[in-house]
Amino acid sequence: MTQARLIEVETAILSKNDSYAEGNRRVLNALEVFTVNLVSSPGSGKTTLLCETIRRLGDVPLAVIEGDQQTANDAERIRATGARAVQINTGKGCHLDAHMVGHALDRLRLRQGSFLFIENVGNLVCPAAFDLGEDCKVAILSVTEGEDKPLKYPDMFTASRLAILNKTDLAPHCDVDLDLYAANLKRVNPDIEIIALSARTGEGMDRWIDWLQARRDAKRAV
Amino acid sequence: MHEMSLVEGMRQIIERATADPGIAQVTRVRVEIGRFAGVETAALTFAWDVVMRGSKAEGAVLEIIDLPGSALCYDCGKIARIDSRLDPCPHCGSGKVMPEQGDEMRIKDMEVI
Repeated sequence: MTQARLIEVETAILSKNDSYAEGNRRVLNALEVFTVNLVSSPGSGKTTLLCETIRRLGDVPLAVIEGDQQTANDAERIRATGARAVQINTGKGCHLDAHMVGHALDRLRLRQGSFLFIENVGNLVCPAAFDLGEDCKVAILSVTEGEDKPLKYPDMFTASRLAILNKTDLAPHCDVDLDLYAANLKRVNPDIEIIALSARTGEGMDRWIDWLQARRDAKRAV
Repeated sequence: MHEMSLVEGMRQIIERATADPGIAQVTRVRVEIGRFAGVETAALTFAWDVVMRGSKAEGAVLEIIDLPGSALCYDCGKIARIDSRLDPCPHCGSGKVMPEQGDEMRIKDMEVI
């Protein structure tokens, strides 16, 4: 009988994704592109927020990668603003991975010092674990989703640098406690920054635009 | 979470590590999974049986080693073991704790013949 033997592997299960992510990060850093990975549940208002963000950024160069299981609807909505957008359909997949994003980067021909917004698949679980090569994750949470959402899906809010509390114009209609949202976000991630806004009315949008521009400028200054 | 794609990643790592024709079969694989990795053991085991079919690791035993979670308390500055991301600091009771360890997902080793 053949002798059994032990092979040491000691390899991270996501090591392949992580090496693609590092490759993306090298490309993006060389171009001084500030890259945001937007994560949220379906229906939090990511695409509306992005369209409004693009409109307010005006002539600033930017591009968008749209991730959805099916359809090119979101990329079409983004292109209608005049911005460049590439749609990735993940098919059976529940998240974007760094390999898919690398292919999208090849197609985008990004300009020096621009913004790149990656709109991940609407899912608060899986995208938390997949590094795409971004500078940071930004979690979008709408005020209708329930104050305890950060407690139900802590992984994503721990992985994010900023939480956007969207649809504040609806807050008076649905008995929400905005302070409790903030307290629950800080409970799962004491470092998280929070901006409350309404992409629809524009309330709070200035703070988000300022945040983006300050982050990009800081990256370019390095 | 996405246990199926995790196991597909594991299959690639295992195939690379067992490319040597002198290895006929993998009989056991040990993986280390952190407390906060979000991996459901039952789903991982189910996906394992399905995804490993037709590979050298078909029928291999998947052994999961649980790694504990730890967090840094922003109030007392201590690092302590916690079982849930929502646990308070066991030393001072503060809720301002940031996970430090526990999101590991790693293939440790495997037994081959």
